[in-house]
Amino acid sequence: MSSSLIGNLDGQIALVTGATRGIGKAIAEAFVAAGATVIGTATSENGAAAISAYLGDHGVGKTLDVTAEGAIDALIADVQNEFGKIDILVNNAGITRDNLLMRMKDDEWEQVINTNLTAVFKICKAVMRGMMKNRHGRIINIGSVVGTTGNPGQANYCAAKAGLIGFTKSLAKEIASRGVTVNAVAPGFIDTDMTKALTDDQRERIFDTIPAARLGKPEEIAAAVLFLASSGAAYVTGETIHVNGGMNMA
Amino acid sequence: MSTIEERVKKIIIEQLGVKEEEVKPEASFENDLGADSLDTVELVMALEEEFETEIPDEEAEKIRTVQAAIDYINKHSS
Repeated sequence: MSSSLIGNLDGQIALVTGATRGIGKAIAEAFVAAGATVIGTATSENGAAAISAYLGDHGVGKTLDVTAEGAIDALIADVQNEFGKIDILVNNAGITRDNLLMRMKDDEWEQVINTNLTAVFKICKAVMRGMMKNRHGRIINIGSVVGTTGNPGQANYCAAKAGLIGFTKSLAKEIASRGVTVNAVAPGFIDTDMTKALTDDQRERIFDTIPAARLGKPEEIAAAVLFLASSGAAYVTGETIHVNGGMNMA
Repeated sequence: MSTIEERVKKIIIEQLGVKEEEVKPEASFENDLGADSLDTVELVMALEEEFETEIPDEEAEKIRTVQAAIDYINKHSS
């Protein structure tokens, strides 16, 4: 028996999408530190190799283009064959295609909805059968503060992230009786490649809206995800944990 | 080798956690064996795995009793 209700994932198999860098990488590393074996996905071969390199003996990187026909089912089957089961799924892979709605192309809308929302539906569906059979599973969807607040230039991204919350709640209700929890973590502004692109001026303006007056660290998102993946969070489901330095309080 | 009927009944017993004597041919999964909608979906998935077949949604909806499950598998297994 595990001595700790939080942060002990000994013997568990976790799948983390979009694990090359940033928040996904921090989650994969936190899981490894907690004793899990991690399969991290990337869109490119190079990305998958980089994941394998940082995971070492504790997991493997695999390529996954969530929008490619059949790719999700093939990956899940592959992982289940190789590792026997999937205990924890973290849907972290996401993209942005920002534009004011007046100028937003159908293509920009569809790419974001397909990658950030439709793919989550498909991956969850593919892992559910195994989790329900095992009477144990953890699904954690990475949302965003803007799914709650909205953000100009990101109608597509905000719609996908808000949709993710409704999806999370519905699936949580469907499979709670099988010992599978489904939750979301909604990061605010986190220090990743995405926010490194901001100018000093932009950063200053963002800081004005964050009571904590700094960007969050990827590890601070990973900590919330690790909690939800832990045995101690078995009674938390359908919930969204906001990690944003106080910039929005739900 | 067990018969199809025995294999189907075994899956129903396992999936729904019911006793062998409860699994009568006319027993309804939802009304007699205490299954909810998710249980019946899981049951159909378990039948698909055991008999290596795919049961379309519109057919799955009709499988509401023990006999209906046995009949479906008998009709569709080669």
